[in-house]
Amino acid sequence: MLNKKKLTQQQLFLPIVCVLLVLAVNIVYDVVQGRDFYDFFKIGIENGLLSGRIISILNRGSEVAILSIGMTLVVSASAGTDISVGSVMSLSASFCVMLIAGFGVSSVSSPDEFAMPMVVGLLGALLMGVLCGAFNGTLVAYLNIQPMVATLILWSAGRAIGLLLCNNLIVYIRVPEFGLFGGYVGPIPTPIIIAAACILVVTVLLKKTALGMYIQSVGINKKASRIAGLNSQRIIFLCYVLCGLCAGIAGIVASSRITSADSNNIGLDMEMDAILAVALGGNSLAGGRFNLAGSIIGAYTIQAITTTMYNLGVPSAVSPVFKAVIVILIVAIQAPPLKAWFKRLSASKALAGKEVANG
Amino acid sequence: MKKPANALKPHKSMNSNTLLLYITIVLFILLYAAGCLVYGDRGFTNLQTFLNLFRTNAGLICVACGITCVMLTGGIDISVGSLVALDCMLLAYGMSVWGLSAPVMILIVLAVGLVFGLVQGICVGYLQIQPFIVTMAGLFFARGMVSVISTEQLAITADVNQTFYDMASFRISLPFGGTVNRAGKVILPYIGIGVVIALVVLVLVFLMLRYTKFGRSLYAVGGNEQSAAMMGLDVKRTKLKAYVLCSLLCSIGGICYCMNTMMASTTQATGMEMDAISSAVIGGTLLTGGVGNVIGTLFGVLINGTISTIVLTNGKLASSWPNILTAVLLCFFIVLQSIFARLKEKNK
Repeated sequence: MLNKKKLTQQQLFLPIVCVLLVLAVNIVYDVVQGRDFYDFFKIGIENGLLSGRIISILNRGSEVAILSIGMTLVVSASAGTDISVGSVMSLSASFCVMLIAGFGVSSVSSPDEFAMPMVVGLLGALLMGVLCGAFNGTLVAYLNIQPMVATLILWSAGRAIGLLLCNNLIVYIRVPEFGLFGGYVGPIPTPIIIAAACILVVTVLLKKTALGMYIQSVGINKKASRIAGLNSQRIIFLCYVLCGLCAGIAGIVASSRITSADSNNIGLDMEMDAILAVALGGNSLAGGRFNLAGSIIGAYTIQAITTTMYNLGVPSAVSPVFKAVIVILIVAIQAPPLKAWFKRLSASKALAGKEVANG
Repeated sequence: MKKPANALKPHKSMNSNTLLLYITIVLFILLYAAGCLVYGDRGFTNLQTFLNLFRTNAGLICVACGITCVMLTGGIDISVGSLVALDCMLLAYGMSVWGLSAPVMILIVLAVGLVFGLVQGICVGYLQIQPFIVTMAGLFFARGMVSVISTEQLAITADVNQTFYDMASFRISLPFGGTVNRAGKVILPYIGIGVVIALVVLVLVFLMLRYTKFGRSLYAVGGNEQSAAMMGLDVKRTKLKAYVLCSLLCSIGGICYCMNTMMASTTQATGMEMDAISSAVIGGTLLTGGVGNVIGTLFGVLINGTISTIVLTNGKLASSWPNILTAVLLCFFIVLQSIFARLKEKNK
């Protein structure tokens, strides 16, 4: 009993259980379909590129993983979520492509036609992400506006501005160099490398400096942290800027994957996935303590769920229904009234057990 | 406009809040006057153009009234746009594929709204989950359900359902303000059934907020949850009721919206939550709850409508401009609210 309790209270309990569940569903489905039960784990090399379902999940899940890094920090520091990440992704991608191709050009097929060098475009995308993050951060940290209302502005305006930048077109950049970020380096998919690099940098930043602790302390009690000498506002601001930067990086990856900027579809519903990743990772959406590893596992779990749903033949437009139900279930389990109810239930059970033993 | 807002709140906190309402009304008049000046030759000065603001936004008025009630409690509901899309799809699919009659489908749509609000309300009120998370899940759920029903674009024509078609195209002409067309015939300005529904909803919600126990408890819960609970109000139940009311009004709004568009598709009413929230905020409803009025919300809706009408009349501006302008306005008013809140803090 005691062991079981300890196990369920581990922060990584929820994400790992979810991973196992998804694996089980996949294995059962494979066996039913008459394939090997280890089909899911197969990693092969096709045309000199790594392939296999695990690789595909790692590859496709990169954007969510990158977003979930920023989202974890934002949730921890400000007890609110940044719902603009999907739109910021799209806006950054549009800005990047607009810089490279030039305004009003709908298609570029060789580097000679570039209006600006590619590096400028990429830096522009990151800058746009940082700017959006700074905008959100200013509203939340310095003007004390609820995070979700503040980010609502960019959530709706981001895509519209992106469309404006692209002159209402889907701008294509059919150049191999631009496709690199969503393609392959050697046999390994580049998005995996980018995601790994982001995770590494942020982990080092959090572990080697006191930033991680500062963020948690601000999230647990903003006023107390202020009195203890932390600049709470600046820390919250920084979290939003980092989140925006992550969205910018994810935007580059997403647009490079399709070598174009499709303002209406890049990062669509991504904010839901990122928030789901944070919740799945065992982080409380009420702020405070966070576990980056949990969020990352959560992000890949979500991608696994999405991929599994596609394998099972669920249309992509329907998958939000399942994700919405999962979010509500996870958050409901964490809700204080339900927790208190469970506690009372187990307490009364324990009491009943004692009475029986005594009587 | 001044009096109701004044009567609603205690005198001290009044000034900045009525000021917000004034700013909104002045802004609307300025916007509309600017539209008349610039596009007067394209029929902007006609009474019909003004009535069209109501006709195209009848659904939005209902939805915004609902969202105002939720925002008064300090919550928010971003699922409204998806719910409206779901309602439209249900109406269109039910009448064209299931072959049910219009009244039955309207009842079904209202029931769906009721259940939707009930689930969201329980999650927010009794499970104490953040409203944003709950309603965001609701947003994706409803939008996904639209695709579950059908991914095609369905049109409601006279062949599909005569009753609904007649209801939608029924015109109530006003006895004045007619224009003479080229053939020399006088065309009277008209409104549809949707406008009547929306205005009835508006008046009912206004009266409810002012004179009923439930209406007053919405303000109390939003103003200060703890004191409301200490006063003996059932905070959880009030919140639950607010969300049920909001989703129900959304369903009514969905029916009005459907009467206007007469079609259903998966991408319908995207961003409507944004319009509704910005209407409420522009109309002086505080995001922190406890302060607000549906009259202000109506002006918020009219401002949004005027912006879209101006962009449409111009014809050269990109279609994303209304979206951006709404967001800019929302941002402006949110910052304004925040500044007022800070000033009030200092005066204490």
